[in-house]
Amino acid sequence: MTSGLWELVLKGVWVTIQLLFLSALLAGAVSFVVGIARTHRLWIVRFLAGFYTEVFRGTSALVMIFWVFFVLPPAFGWQLVPLWAGTLALGLTYGAYGSEIVRGALNAVDPAQKEGGIALSFTPWQRMKLILLPQAVPEMIPPFSNLLIELLKGTALVSIMGMGDLAFSGNLVRLALQESAEIYTYLLVIYFVIAFALTRIMRGLEKKLKAGVGKAPTRGISPQQELKRAETTGVGGGVA
Amino acid sequence: MKWDWGAVGDFMPQFWDGLLVTLQALALGSVISFVLGLVWALLMRAPTRWVTWPVGAVTEFVRNTPLLVQLFFLFYVLPEWGFTFSALTTGVFAIGLHYSTYTMQVYRAGIEAVPVGQWEAATALNLPVTRTWRVVILPQAIRRVVPALGNYVIAMLKDTPLLMAITVLDMLGQARLFSQEHFQFTEPLTVIGVAFILISYLASLLMRALERRLVH
Amino acid sequence: MSTDIQQSPDMNPADKRSNGELIRLDQVTKRFGDNTVLDHLDFSVEAGKHVTLIGPSGSGKTTILRLLMTLTKPDEGTITVDGQHLFPASDKEVREVRKKIGMVFQQFNLFPNMPVLRNITEAPVTVLGLSKDEAEERARELLDLVGLADKCDAYPAQLSGGQQQRVAIARALAMRPQVLLLDEVTSALDPELVAGVLDVLRDIARSTDITMLCVTHEMNFARDISDQVLMFDSGRIIEAGAPEKIFSEPEQDRTREFLSAVL
Repeated sequence: MTSGLWELVLKGVWVTIQLLFLSALLAGAVSFVVGIARTHRLWIVRFLAGFYTEVFRGTSALVMIFWVFFVLPPAFGWQLVPLWAGTLALGLTYGAYGSEIVRGALNAVDPAQKEGGIALSFTPWQRMKLILLPQAVPEMIPPFSNLLIELLKGTALVSIMGMGDLAFSGNLVRLALQESAEIYTYLLVIYFVIAFALTRIMRGLEKKLKAGVGKAPTRGISPQQELKRAETTGVGGGVA
Repeated sequence: MKWDWGAVGDFMPQFWDGLLVTLQALALGSVISFVLGLVWALLMRAPTRWVTWPVGAVTEFVRNTPLLVQLFFLFYVLPEWGFTFSALTTGVFAIGLHYSTYTMQVYRAGIEAVPVGQWEAATALNLPVTRTWRVVILPQAIRRVVPALGNYVIAMLKDTPLLMAITVLDMLGQARLFSQEHFQFTEPLTVIGVAFILISYLASLLMRALERRLVH
Repeated sequence: MSTDIQQSPDMNPADKRSNGELIRLDQVTKRFGDNTVLDHLDFSVEAGKHVTLIGPSGSGKTTILRLLMTLTKPDEGTITVDGQHLFPASDKEVREVRKKIGMVFQQFNLFPNMPVLRNITEAPVTVLGLSKDEAEERARELLDLVGLADKCDAYPAQLSGGQQQRVAIARALAMRPQVLLLDEVTSALDPELVAGVLDVLRDIARSTDITMLCVTHEMNFARDISDQVLMFDSGRIIEAGAPEKIFSEPEQDRTREFLSAVL
């Protein structure tokens, strides 16, 4: 491979990382807003949040990407920059999975904690902020770590729309070289290295957060969580 | 926003073709992932590191890299090595392989969840190892893993559109083909979007019913 | 201190079906981490005898049963059963010897995926090579013996704890073992179900010549069936003798303390 082609690949890596970062931010925001809304005391709020989750989990991320790229612009007159279109599609779909993580972790906090908060006459929002979230967030990190890896794999989907991410640059190199094994091997290794780095970062984060509430970090996820994993991380590049 | 029911009607014949391909890919991909995942899970319990280390490394690699790139790899590289398969065959194998690295963890969790007393009872009755696996451990592990496997089938359903990237005409492939021919994007994409939601919703109802039957 | 049962002065060999030593442990030591559960234990049992192991929990009683069933391995020492080595031994030798031994567990450990009858016939068919008909006939006899002839087709989860344990006893007996190991078989049962299980075991103790090694906290039961009672403490046998003697006039203070706590 020539240095020119490597440059192309590096540009692709940069686009992938940008897209990953932005869509992770959006997905994280959606996860918390929708996840907390699903524990709201008003049924209509719970219902709407649940409806959002079911719809966005029910469809395929790739179909969602097509929709954002092709249906939104004529329908609403928006023409989104590809990076933002990709961010929107990925952030909304993976956020739906993330909301399940948030809801599950909030519900797993000992009910006595909530009662304690009521006894101290905290408002619902104070209970959430001061009692529930600080205990629930550290528990969310391992499943969020899995979800982040799924999101990384999901970013490759935008290449189908012609966006110049890592997977797309790989296809260009294949055309230039007329040979596939080498470039796709590099591609897979690069994705794997990014995934590995993300896992490490998330583990460090978990350690830090759990130290804050006096718990030891778990090593990986338990068999019980493993059997629930598909529901909370969607799994696979194109799960919505 | 214009909605053209005529375009929906025109798309339907292609939609049914695409649905058939999607379901085909899903069924075959599921079977491959169930079988291969069990093979990985059992190999990971081998007593020697010479087996567990390579199996663990390969499956970890496959699980942490995009299915889309794996599809490209198999689709473009295998012919260079002299193996030529249809796009659908390649796609089904790629999906099955990718998801087998998830199902193996489900099996592992299921096997670990079988109480240690079951192993001890089998030892006390002097049952041979293979027999212990076949009639005692696996039947109990499988029962525990069915719901989780079902969720992966639903996840897999939502990954089948990726096959479009290697020329397979699944639902999304048909929708794109139709869009390019008629310059109508909204209707076909919305139809298949709704179809995915409906199928995965029905599938999850089915899973819940199955789960209830298995828990006793 | 270690004790050899045969040399115990309290035994009266005349009224026992004495046909030689069946189980022998020599200098067996078992540690879990820093915790020494069995400490250079010497111990033997004659064929046909019913031996009960008593003592505070954690004193190593259950570990002896688990060693004999090869569920765990000793760190030092040798174990022989019927003249054949169980430790150290090859896997093949272990399989051979293990056929002579049956075990009933505290938590029953029935296979929940099989009906009662299949739980009992599975091992005789696959391990001993009995025909299915033969194995089922034997299983029905045994179910009759434990009073559950009508439960052939039930699944373990449909039975009470006491019924499950009686099935587990039938399952162990179906292998025609020379030795039956009973590991706190009533500890996981509701009090009202204990008597039924113990009656079955009394029956078996009376009517067969099977060697029984029993860990239990049911002292009346121990008194009824035992030829020999061994008091364990901290991985050693501190006292051994006929049940009448151990229960009425123990020599060791530790035994007295233990008995007054449980009786």
